[in-house]
Amino acid sequence: MTELMWRIAGGSGDGIDSTSQNFAKALMRAGLDVFTHRHYPSRIRGGHTYVEVRADEDPVRSRGDGFNFLLALGDSFARNPQEGSDTVYGNEEIKPLSENLDDLNEGGVIVYDEGLLDEETLERADIDLEAMAEENDWHVYPLDLRGLAREHGREVMRNTAGVGATAALLDMDLQHIEALMEDAMTGEVLEANLDILERAHESVNEEYEFTHDLRTPTGDHDEQQVLMSGSNAVAYGAIDEGCRFISGYPMTPWTDVFTILSQHLPKFGGIAEQVEDEIAAASLAVGASHAGVKAMSGSSGGGFALMSEPLGLAEMTETPIVLIEAMRAGPSTGMPTKPEQADLEHILYTSQGDSCRIVFAPANVRECYDQTRAAFRLAYEYQLPAIVIIDQKLSGEMRNADESFFDREPNADPGSVLTEEEIREAAHHESGKFKRYQHDTENGASPRAIPGQKDGRFLASGNEHTPEGHISESPTNRVAQMDRRMSKLDSIRAELDDGDSSHQTHYGPEDAEYGLLVWGSQQDTVFEAVDQLNEAGESVKALGVSDLMPYPEDEVSAFLESVESCLVVEMNASAQFRGLTQKELGRFGPKLNSLLKYNGEAFEPSEVVEGFERIVSRDAAIPEGTKFVPAAGD
Amino acid sequence: MSVFSAIGEEREIDRDEFTPGIEPQATWCPGCGDFGVLKALKQAMPEIGRTPDETLLVTGIGCSGKLSSYFESYGFHSIHGRSLPVARAAKLANPGLEVIAAGGDGDGYGIGGNHFMHTARENHDMTYIVFNNEIFGLTKGQTSPTSPKGHKSKTQPHGSAKDPVRPMSLSLASGSSYIARTAAVNPNQAKEILIEAMEHDGFAHVDFLTQCPTWNKDAKQYVPYTDVQDDDEFDFDVTDRREAADAMYEAESRLHEGEVLTGRFYVDSDRPSYGEEKRATDEMPDDPLAERYLDEDSEWERSADLLHHHR
Repeated sequence: MTELMWRIAGGSGDGIDSTSQNFAKALMRAGLDVFTHRHYPSRIRGGHTYVEVRADEDPVRSRGDGFNFLLALGDSFARNPQEGSDTVYGNEEIKPLSENLDDLNEGGVIVYDEGLLDEETLERADIDLEAMAEENDWHVYPLDLRGLAREHGREVMRNTAGVGATAALLDMDLQHIEALMEDAMTGEVLEANLDILERAHESVNEEYEFTHDLRTPTGDHDEQQVLMSGSNAVAYGAIDEGCRFISGYPMTPWTDVFTILSQHLPKFGGIAEQVEDEIAAASLAVGASHAGVKAMSGSSGGGFALMSEPLGLAEMTETPIVLIEAMRAGPSTGMPTKPEQADLEHILYTSQGDSCRIVFAPANVRECYDQTRAAFRLAYEYQLPAIVIIDQKLSGEMRNADESFFDREPNADPGSVLTEEEIREAAHHESGKFKRYQHDTENGASPRAIPGQKDGRFLASGNEHTPEGHISESPTNRVAQMDRRMSKLDSIRAELDDGDSSHQTHYGPEDAEYGLLVWGSQQDTVFEAVDQLNEAGESVKALGVSDLMPYPEDEVSAFLESVESCLVVEMNASAQFRGLTQKELGRFGPKLNSLLKYNGEAFEPSEVVEGFERIVSRDAAIPEGTKFVPAAGD
Repeated sequence: MSVFSAIGEEREIDRDEFTPGIEPQATWCPGCGDFGVLKALKQAMPEIGRTPDETLLVTGIGCSGKLSSYFESYGFHSIHGRSLPVARAAKLANPGLEVIAAGGDGDGYGIGGNHFMHTARENHDMTYIVFNNEIFGLTKGQTSPTSPKGHKSKTQPHGSAKDPVRPMSLSLASGSSYIARTAAVNPNQAKEILIEAMEHDGFAHVDFLTQCPTWNKDAKQYVPYTDVQDDDEFDFDVTDRREAADAMYEAESRLHEGEVLTGRFYVDSDRPSYGEEKRATDEMPDDPLAERYLDEDSEWERSADLLHHHR
């Protein structure tokens, strides 16, 4: 059976987000695997926005290629209330229909709100839908969703009418949708919505002869499922690893994580602080951590730039903190609601001096949870900052997973902190000062004391300092301290390689001829492309890298050794991850080609497939909106 | 036994306990006003009954930032202008600590001005000492936010065209609940004011006039001083915002005319501290959060409690 790729389009503020979330959840409850993709402008009311929900009985890895069902609601905010409710600004109103036709697959289904998008609107926008439908074998169902909603409730309930019509056209049971509505609403509002849902469902069934084949796939889950975004998973990972302090300043798309934790931490006995700027936000995390609490902050590119000072301070004072960097397109304020992976170098090296930090870039919702936990554990064990990179895509996309995956033991261990008894036995200067930064340690971390503990007094200084914490410019001391701090990364790499917490993902046949190398949020899309390529007779495998610092040298080296040639796929214009790989490994330049995309959209599997063809056949064209950078020397 | 046994320890405390037993010797210039702050602080500590182990001193950088090197306690020598956000989070994490933040006039009223405004607004229960010498010292004598109008330096060779910051007025407008000005040349008053500031339950801001004999050739400007509490001319109610505002304005204006007025300028003992406000709305736990991590008996909830929302 064909999978469902449903797209709901409207204006920002038209309830597209909540409607799609409920729809996705209903499909999950019906036994399917789901994946959602959000597209929205940097605008609160009006403007073209859509959410795609992909559902299949098999695991869904990405948004997929194109889509096959469009619910075009029209943009209710395009109307100019000053000039009467039927006057619209330009062609804004038609955009939920017109802007989405390019990616609609052949044989796709279109439902549009005839109540808003009447013939005149279509004409004004110069859209000959009939001709287009014929050419692409689309099945078009104009429905007066606005009228139906008005008649049985209020106009804003057009969404519900749209979902009712969708369910009818896809032969979908209403029970899960109704149950979700009952959870979310009460009283008259609920009744009106239920009424509209059923009317729309009935009227479509009664009035239309269905010409399309698409129906809801069927599936079954063995375990209780949950639907979660990357931001949810980061927040929950932090809670389970004992994070009880968050400080931040709002910035898209980091705001999601910040909001979730601000709402929940106080209920878990923690503290949330919205502060004056990002310098303060990261500095507060440093202060809370110094005083013994597991603390987190974060931002997006522009705000993270401000955090570069406290980040370096945390490195020098060896104060553990976790920072989240939710990337969006840059430079500067860039494109606030569009994804990009172009802050990588900024995250790896920002702040003065040599960088000594952990950087993780999870691939998906599960890794967001896992790596946030690992980031806390390692940061507190080794006393350095850990940064978890997500992006606008991963922060907002929702996927289902087994509930048991997220139901794990909490760990609030503050890492290498001494008890008062241990402090008494630890090394002290003859004056009584605790040797907080002693040189000779096993793994680079010298155990710490927390203010308020007896006899653990020390000075944490952003200046280079002696073992007792006193400012020092002694060359011998400097080298000893630098070497110890830098050695932490080797210890961490060894620990990750040794344990089961390394997060690199190998995909595809081990003996494949060609390789795809990818990092962060684009991994699952590339894995889907690997399947498509191998099905088409190619010999391809992929390595998804989620640990960026310390870099998984051995694993990536072995992968690159084993392939003829490799395509590195990332969302930026300067091939930053390829650069990191070459810097870390010092070779493989002639094997690494790049497929880059930086137009504000994440990769689709088919683009990776097309881009891959370029490394096999030099004549192949690369997909529109991407850039190909050949291997060094080519 | 408490996991922070130094906190609340009751015993005789000697001011010498606050002198580090080791290097480095203070690198402040001979005659520097910063010595006066250090001395007054050491004298005040035994009086408020706090030990070095339960005290956290957070400093910025520059000459004033070195205070944490010469004062024995838990210390955090942070970066220019950022002592306040570090300090206030430490206080939230462990309200049992005596938290003191210190920095210079460039640090506090310039680069850290935004943090100053917001920390005052939130009324964190801590003491903030600003070493105000009207000059950048450690970078060798540039004009600072408190340098008088017309002040000439290498970076303002034609004289500063800017009005100086009015620290106390700014502090009052921002929401500090205790505001005083004292001077290094006035050790007894300085000590008394620091005791009051530390005992005050809320954000106590002390603008501490410190002479810079090296870069500010008008170093002697802070002698003689007048204590506004001892002078009949300044018969104002320190608990009244308007009267306090007038007195501050007067004191800040006269400083640039060469008359040094010090004393306490504003005291609001009724306003709850930020921690109290947060605890009252269940935004902060009643017991010190930091304690939970070291207490083996504490139970940690897991996020699974939230998963039903996602089913």
